[in-house]
Amino acid sequence: MKFRGKIIDVACLNHFTRVITTISKLTKMCVLRLTPLNLFFVLSGKVANGGVSMWCELSQENFFDEFQMEGVSPEDNEICLEVTPENLSRALKTVQNARAVKLKLTSKHCPCLTIAAELPTLSSASRLVTHDVPVEVIPRRLWHEFKEPGMPDFDVSIYLPPLKTMKNVIDRMKNLSNFLVVEANLSGQMNLKIDTDLVSVSTHFKDLGNPPWGAEGSQQGGPSPSRDPDAMARTRVDIRKLQQFLVGQQVNPSKAMCNIVHERVVHLILLHEDVSLQYFIPAVA
Amino acid sequence: MDCVVTGGNVKVLAKAIHSLSRIGDELYVEPQEDGLALRSVNSSRSAYACFLFAPLFFSRYTIPIGLAFRCKMAIKSVQAVFRSIATLEKTVEKCHIELDEQKNLLTFTLHCKHGLVKTHNLSFQDSESLQAVFDKDSYSNVFRSHPRLLVDTVVHFPPSLEEVTVSVSDDRMWVKNHVEDETDRSKAMLTELCLASDEFDHFSVQVQNSVTFCLKELRGLLVFAESTGLPISMYFDEPGSPVVLSVTDSVLEGNFVLATLSDDSNLRKNNTKRACTPPPPPDDFMNDDMDSYLIAMDTSVMPGPSASRPPSPPLTNSTSLKQTAAAKHRTRLPSEEEEEEEEEAVNSSGPPNKKFCSLFFGSVLPPSSQMTTQPLTGQEVLASDSEDDVQ
Repeated sequence: MKFRGKIIDVACLNHFTRVITTISKLTKMCVLRLTPLNLFFVLSGKVANGGVSMWCELSQENFFDEFQMEGVSPEDNEICLEVTPENLSRALKTVQNARAVKLKLTSKHCPCLTIAAELPTLSSASRLVTHDVPVEVIPRRLWHEFKEPGMPDFDVSIYLPPLKTMKNVIDRMKNLSNFLVVEANLSGQMNLKIDTDLVSVSTHFKDLGNPPWGAEGSQQGGPSPSRDPDAMARTRVDIRKLQQFLVGQQVNPSKAMCNIVHERVVHLILLHEDVSLQYFIPAVA
Repeated sequence: MDCVVTGGNVKVLAKAIHSLSRIGDELYVEPQEDGLALRSVNSSRSAYACFLFAPLFFSRYTIPIGLAFRCKMAIKSVQAVFRSIATLEKTVEKCHIELDEQKNLLTFTLHCKHGLVKTHNLSFQDSESLQAVFDKDSYSNVFRSHPRLLVDTVVHFPPSLEEVTVSVSDDRMWVKNHVEDETDRSKAMLTELCLASDEFDHFSVQVQNSVTFCLKELRGLLVFAESTGLPISMYFDEPGSPVVLSVTDSVLEGNFVLATLSDDSNLRKNNTKRACTPPPPPDDFMNDDMDSYLIAMDTSVMPGPSASRPPSPPLTNSTSLKQTAAAKHRTRLPSEEEEEEEEEAVNSSGPPNKKFCSLFFGSVLPPSSQMTTQPLTGQEVLASDSEDDVQ
């Protein structure tokens, strides 16, 4: 089992750091899956993390100038590690001006993901910094827990309003309630509502547009064509989970979408060129 | 005492007070013939800092002749006088420090633009003199660099990190975070930074060793050094004897004396390891071999952390080494500490917060002439001190 990657380009390094910082805001621990083509950051929806799950997919060649890996075996050419994204984020943040940054799997006092960087100096010699982030190697028998979650059989899919606007709305609502109802329909309308004994607040968004899931969508489920375009699908969620998602995100997605399975789950998707981040927030009764 | 600070020196004074506030809760003020001394010490007496501003630093500096005066006060209240350095720089033209002996007040008067005058009257307590005993010139390892180098070094360590370990060889310095015990080591992120000797203005190593000390106080000094742009000198010897960090200018001198960990088995193990396997040269960075990063492991079983650790024999080796080092240290003690045996006893009676040795301390009692003018006896001074320790 071997892994080594090198990032030279400053923009790539910066982008990679932002993705990992975003993930670090969503979860304390997650699983990093390395394959010859991709990196995945995975959080599976366990009760311990509030039922929230996450799937973030990066294409390695968009970030790394060199990427070498050897999985546990030729048929299972993957490496699965449990990491603390905050440590990775902190390490990467301090090496933003590096000439080159290397990520490698090392065996030190324990298995580590080592981030080694060569920092520029005024003198001829370079300044080297290494951060050893302890990781736990996940045995193959547990890998099945970290597969890509299937696209849920959603009732409504809708583009999100600007995330900043949404964040501002939800930040205020959070002071009033712990739970939020997200509802949307197929004619581009979305409402964010809170409802308590004292107050009811709702914010309405319109003309958001509904992503065309089309033919390929039909085999994965997707909204049934017979659905009334004005019928709302709604899910009540923990407002902190949604807020966490909006506060932490630093990806500046080119597309942000939300799929709602009526009274089951809110599925958020951020797409940005080479990065996709999916986040599932389960319904609360 | 009556002194006046003008122009940019007000900011220098303010920065000094801010960096002293990183050390302890009290500011010891002592106007001396060779300048105004401002000092602070932390509650466990493992860190001490002193700034001495020469008379030339002031546009006026007069002290009463023949009457030694010293006092201490809460550093927070002095910090309040110089709260915002940014506005201070823009508005304050002159700072007047005066001692009112009738009212027992130390008065800071800030003369600002537009004729605005801010007066702070601070009450103070009499105090014993605070003086750490150290001799920079006897240290075997001496380094000097622009503060930027150290600022760029500490930035890699999280703010929550308490201690760093500095190791040196003939041409390199390693700085890494110190993790207390083995259980933490498997969870904590380890950071190591390697600096080449030519990044320093001065780099002289006589003994290749490592010392571990608190980062917080170093950060405090960096605040001062960075704003004044003064180079920082670092002096250290063997583990257990204090590290001295100092900044010097024609009109001021600052010394930070920090205790180092004396009994650190990890460190010693690392030292022995380093001695037999020298660290890889820095130029392997770009073309190292991937095979060296192999994790040998069976996929169905989680690897125990012990798998990657060196076998046990070095352990016996290291303990014997520790003993000899400790013995060596003990033999060194008397020569170093002769004149402060009683203070030693005082220090050891206080509860040490850390494993750090606070042995570099001499709290010099006021001279007998001073005793008659003060209601305090030596005993009481010591008692109040150990109360500080308890807090």
